[in-house]
Amino acid sequence: MIHSDTSRAANELNVGLARMLCGGVILDVTDAEQARIAEAAGASAVMALERVPSDIRKEGGVARMAAIEKVLEIQAVVSIPVMAKARIGHFVEARVLEQLGVDFIDESEVLTPADSEHHIDKRAFRVPFVCGATCLAEALRRIGEGAALIRTKGEAGTGDIVEAVRHLRLVNRELRMVASAPREELMAISKELRAPYELVLEVHKLGRLPVPNFAAGGVATPADAALAMALGAEAVFVGSGVFKSADPERTAKAIVKATARWNEPEIVAQACRESGAPMRGQSAAAMAAEDRLATRGW
Amino acid sequence: MKVGVLALQGGFEPHERMLRALGVESELVRSPGQLHELTHLVLPGGESTTLHHLLELFGMWELLRERHAAGELALFGTCAGAILLGRGADARPPRLELLDAELERNAYGRQVDSFREPIEFEGRALEAAFIRAPRIARVGPNARVLARRGGEPVLVEGPGVLAATFHPELGRDPRIHERFLALASNAVLGASLDE
Repeated sequence: MIHSDTSRAANELNVGLARMLCGGVILDVTDAEQARIAEAAGASAVMALERVPSDIRKEGGVARMAAIEKVLEIQAVVSIPVMAKARIGHFVEARVLEQLGVDFIDESEVLTPADSEHHIDKRAFRVPFVCGATCLAEALRRIGEGAALIRTKGEAGTGDIVEAVRHLRLVNRELRMVASAPREELMAISKELRAPYELVLEVHKLGRLPVPNFAAGGVATPADAALAMALGAEAVFVGSGVFKSADPERTAKAIVKATARWNEPEIVAQACRESGAPMRGQSAAAMAAEDRLATRGW
Repeated sequence: MKVGVLALQGGFEPHERMLRALGVESELVRSPGQLHELTHLVLPGGESTTLHHLLELFGMWELLRERHAAGELALFGTCAGAILLGRGADARPPRLELLDAELERNAYGRQVDSFREPIEFEGRALEAAFIRAPRIARVGPNARVLARRGGEPVLVEGPGVLAATFHPELGRDPRIHERFLALASNAVLGASLDE
């Protein structure tokens, strides 16, 4: 069944679920076995996808939503929320995932975009969406379309945290700017940023985004996760960082530990010691412009 | 009175805000040392398996139980927090078993089945958000039902412990948090009278 516009109540429930994921780690998994490891390590949700980002980079080809049987197999073995990725603009993949009963859809630049101009009209869905954003305006455009959760668009599959850090700092700087601006300047700010005015007004009132903001892309170590939290991320997504590390189980546990108590260096140091050797990684700065995923979507 | 909100994982911030609206500055709790100083602790919504994992990992699981058993710490759990406070109708995760009620996880289905509905509390309607909510399958003699949805209990109280299967912290009605603060004071008072 195709639902009409998501009601305000449904949107509140979806933002509510996003809040319940705060302080946690959401792990990319490609099968039931990985999902089980993730849940046992203390992950607060798993993200079902066909290939982890570093494999997508290596192997190329078109990256699509995960196979149906993989999503079902993952849902069958864990009790924590199961998320899944759909291509940017691919509202039918999103409908299929909604039918499967996934708890959250990531309209993700990690997959090959299906629409070069338009994102999904997320208000037309009952299921919540998370979307990537490099700056405040992009976050507000996605929220305007109905996203219940925002995450950074760090360069997935690189194990390089630099882009996620850039996005967190920029969003926070722009939030401070909007919060402290006099109200008569908000329309010009909205015009300049290309962000919906009503949401600029809301940010001005709240002093923060109206939905949570998580870090994603390039998180490879417990210290990376703690850094993201210290910069204001409310939770972290980890993709290739766990299942491309030397010992996924240990790495996952250590990242969960460091994320929960990110502000205590003693605990983060313990987590670093307990973690497996991280993925080797690839410098995002050295990448050609066409290899950058963050430029997908707008 | 010293109020804490467990902040290892989950929706701790809305609780902090709700308590602030009631004039109570709460402490975000992440380490066992902090538990010793508290008289009240909120266990927020989140993922119960994650919360259990972290409470065990940081040596807070048994400590919570001990401080509560000694009558020194009143507890309030919402959603995942409520699951941990009760007894298990299902195997995972282990429960604190401090509330005489049995809770079943994800009893209403997945996120698309989450809903918001008014319930009646102390004679007035209260807007309640049920998000991947648990169901209270059974209430024992040491707990009593304070609110129901249809015929089912959704808010249950025991000595020094309050549990809601929904999220009062996401709404604007502070009455359940007020109830918790009052209950907590009584529990602490009760414990000192026993001495």
